[in-house]
Amino acid sequence: MSRTTMDLWVGVFVAMGIAALFFLALKVGSISGSDIQSPYLLSARFDNIGGLKVRAPVKVAGVLVGRVSEIRYDNERFQAEVVFTVDGRYKFPTDTFANILTSGLLGEQYLGLDPGGEEKLLAPGDVIKKTQSAVVLEKLISQFMFSKAAEGEPAPAK
Amino acid sequence: MSEPLVRLENVRFAYGERAILRGISLSIPRGKVVAIMGGSGCGKTTLLRLIGGQERAVGGRVTVDGQDVAGLGRDALYALRRRMGMLFQFGALFTDMSVFDNVAFPLREHTDLPAELINDLVMMKLHAVGLRGAAKLMPGELSGGMARRVALARTIALDPMLLMYDEPFTGLDPISLGVIGQLIRRLNDALGASSVIVTHDIQESLQIVDYIYFISEGRVVAEGTPDEIRNSADPFVSQFVHAQADGPVPFHYPAGDYATALVGGAG
Amino acid sequence: MADVFRKMGSMAINGIWQLGFIARFFWLILVYSGQSFTRIHLTLRELYFSGVMSLLIILVSGLFVGLVLGLQGYETLQRYGASDSLGTLVALSLVRELGPVVAGLLFASRAGSAVTAEIGLMKVTEQLKAMDMMAVSPIARVVAPRFWGGVISMPLLAALFSAMGVFGGWLIGVVVIGVDDGAFWAQMQDAVDFRYDVLNGVIKSCVFGVAVALIAVFEGYDCVPTAEGVSRAITRTVVSSALAILALDFVMTSFMFRG
Repeated sequence: MSRTTMDLWVGVFVAMGIAALFFLALKVGSISGSDIQSPYLLSARFDNIGGLKVRAPVKVAGVLVGRVSEIRYDNERFQAEVVFTVDGRYKFPTDTFANILTSGLLGEQYLGLDPGGEEKLLAPGDVIKKTQSAVVLEKLISQFMFSKAAEGEPAPAK
Repeated sequence: MSEPLVRLENVRFAYGERAILRGISLSIPRGKVVAIMGGSGCGKTTLLRLIGGQERAVGGRVTVDGQDVAGLGRDALYALRRRMGMLFQFGALFTDMSVFDNVAFPLREHTDLPAELINDLVMMKLHAVGLRGAAKLMPGELSGGMARRVALARTIALDPMLLMYDEPFTGLDPISLGVIGQLIRRLNDALGASSVIVTHDIQESLQIVDYIYFISEGRVVAEGTPDEIRNSADPFVSQFVHAQADGPVPFHYPAGDYATALVGGAG
Repeated sequence: MADVFRKMGSMAINGIWQLGFIARFFWLILVYSGQSFTRIHLTLRELYFSGVMSLLIILVSGLFVGLVLGLQGYETLQRYGASDSLGTLVALSLVRELGPVVAGLLFASRAGSAVTAEIGLMKVTEQLKAMDMMAVSPIARVVAPRFWGGVISMPLLAALFSAMGVFGGWLIGVVVIGVDDGAFWAQMQDAVDFRYDVLNGVIKSCVFGVAVALIAVFEGYDCVPTAEGVSRAITRTVVSSALAILALDFVMTSFMFRG
């Protein structure tokens, strides 16, 4: 094995390895998580966040604009406070509505934003006031059953 | 030639509890070939390692060219070792390099000589041991005697002032043995170096060395020039020279009384 | 009874001694690294022996692991009607865990054992002592290049393993079974985050690389210089590397992937 062929193989090996890393970074993973440009923080308070997790996506009209960065419990308001980063390219009016939604029936939960019509924009660090809590499936079912029971007829057994 | 090149004064050494050397004093004068002899496992190799600074003595002093080896720092020790050459028992050639690269190794590591000059030097050294034609071979393709000659060429690559040989005659056929013996003598005189040979091959040594030390149980028990040794009446020396099985060096490893062991084992 | 405690005590003391030796050895390697980096071809040569020579086994194993993940993943996911998430499953398992860990285990048994054998044999044949007597530090000349060769190879091999695995999963999922190609990649890209998943996987493989390379060179350098000693050292390299990889993986996973 001469020195030059060895060097050639090492070069090929290193190039392949770096190509694999790029493949993992660009094709397998979305670089978007770290691709959020000049991010700023917003927060929102919810009565119930359901199964929302840190790093869950933040979407507007179905487009990913940021990620949840922190979830904590506010012991004075007895509410959950969700802090999330948003791409600096996107601005939202102050009357934006924050929902906790589920992708599909059983999919993961994410934070959905519905921009309102106000002219003033949310500044970094602002709190979104209008929120709607997560839909908790058990509650929904029991509500449905109670309302049926209240109508005076037993839930039909299939 | 006033001050000897290597001087050991009352050197003691032990591996843990086991004492190997119990107070050895000897000296290696400049320009001479000195043999250190003794039975297997008497600490001869340890002696070389002490001179080369690979082990530190428990007591006593080892001086090489006026420097106390044990007192040297790493860099000073490495500087000293560049002027020493050691031939290991089986040559210790680097198995992943060709004969040429093996001999060139110390030159490339320690000098910035241009490639042509290194080439010339290596060929000179290989020529000195008669193996210029084997430069392209790998160590695995050499016989034991040839491997040792290549190692010898590598050892003298930097023209050392002190050459150390660890059992250079072990496992060689009589012809190779004679060749190595002659090379040791010739190279020593050609380089103006001093040599230490650690060996138990008495007949070969008597022909080539200037002075002999006998070591047993960690002490120098006899010394002298080859002529003195041949005519020595010392029981140890005569046992060694005439290869008798029993004598001052006992045939039996120290043990309890044989009869007691047999009878006592039953009861 | 006291005997049991005595034995445990001596085991503990030996373990701590060993750790101390390894730490000191690691320090020496770092100290001598500068010297060996000035002669880069030494490290390139080891990169060839530990990296290029492991390439085939890594690529083939990666492909097979991906194929199996694709089959098993599809089998399970389609029960919940979630076969579109196959890409996510394959990619996340590979990038986070299987890539670094399995590549690390393969690397330890292919390259780590070879390094231990090589250094061990150099010790048996007194090549290391001879080098030291020639005023050339064996740590700088022999150990450090092999260490860095392993450290550099490992993350590249792990990335190749993961990439190959994803390809294998795609082959089974999309080409053979017929999961939708767009859904496969889109769901994967949606779920796999560069920093959180890919980068953490790369960090894992770098740590494994240091651990395996250090264990391999240490066992070789520290072995009893006999034929039996070398074969024992090789066994120890493979066993300790495997344990180190799995233990480190657990520790790192618990720090990296919380909540």
